[in-house]
Amino acid sequence: MNKQRRWYHYLWLWSIIYFSLGLVNILFAWLGLISFCLPLILAIGGGNKLFCNRYCDRGQLLRVMGSQAGLSMRREMPEWMKGRAFRYGFMVFFFAMFFNIIYVSWLVASGIQGLNEAVTVLWSLQLPWSWSYSSGIEPWVAQFAFGLYSLMLTSEIIAIAAMLIYKPRSWCVFCPMGTLTQTICRARYVPTIK
Amino acid sequence: MGKLSPRHAVVDNNICVACGSCADICPMGAMEIVSGVFARPVEERCVGCGRCARECPASAIRVEVRS
Repeated sequence: MNKQRRWYHYLWLWSIIYFSLGLVNILFAWLGLISFCLPLILAIGGGNKLFCNRYCDRGQLLRVMGSQAGLSMRREMPEWMKGRAFRYGFMVFFFAMFFNIIYVSWLVASGIQGLNEAVTVLWSLQLPWSWSYSSGIEPWVAQFAFGLYSLMLTSEIIAIAAMLIYKPRSWCVFCPMGTLTQTICRARYVPTIK
Repeated sequence: MGKLSPRHAVVDNNICVACGSCADICPMGAMEIVSGVFARPVEERCVGCGRCARECPASAIRVEVRS
């Protein structure tokens, strides 16, 4: 049976477009909120993980790079990385970082803290990114964009590293959005006898 | 209904993260994601080729001889 290629099989292009746009103008980083909101809308409203299954640009990119381009070493992930403690622990950590971005943006909006025109990779390495920001907009809007872009870039690096070492979509095992939406779906799930 | 393949995929629902990579790779379209909770093979379509098991990042799928 030949599987027909559909439009969503090309959503991996969105990952490349997103990070490219962030190089030009950091305000495009706000588009990353789509990857936060859409999975939740589908999970809460539809009780499914359709975003992970079809529309996740990162999942598609990992498939293209890992399976089609053959870049994955396809090793088995360690058991602890597949365990619930790590999955839920990483989810809590990830969302703590997300709420920290909102908090810092609020500090900037309040005038307590100045705008930091840098992208922070892996929560430690600060990369100067001032060329992608031109003044004239509210500093907190730019601060949130820098923060969100940092979070998206960091998680992309971790996802690609996991793809290279383990199986192509290893990131999906501990993806915070995937863990959260599965938890929501599990809470909604009513088993049916088939 | 045709004759079932001697081997088939079996999913451990407790390990499955419902990412859909098995459904994506299955040449027979034999994997469905049940309510975003776990993957389930459609027995009539599954030929036990094992591509889903090789692709599964959580190692939640194994191929077994049908009982």
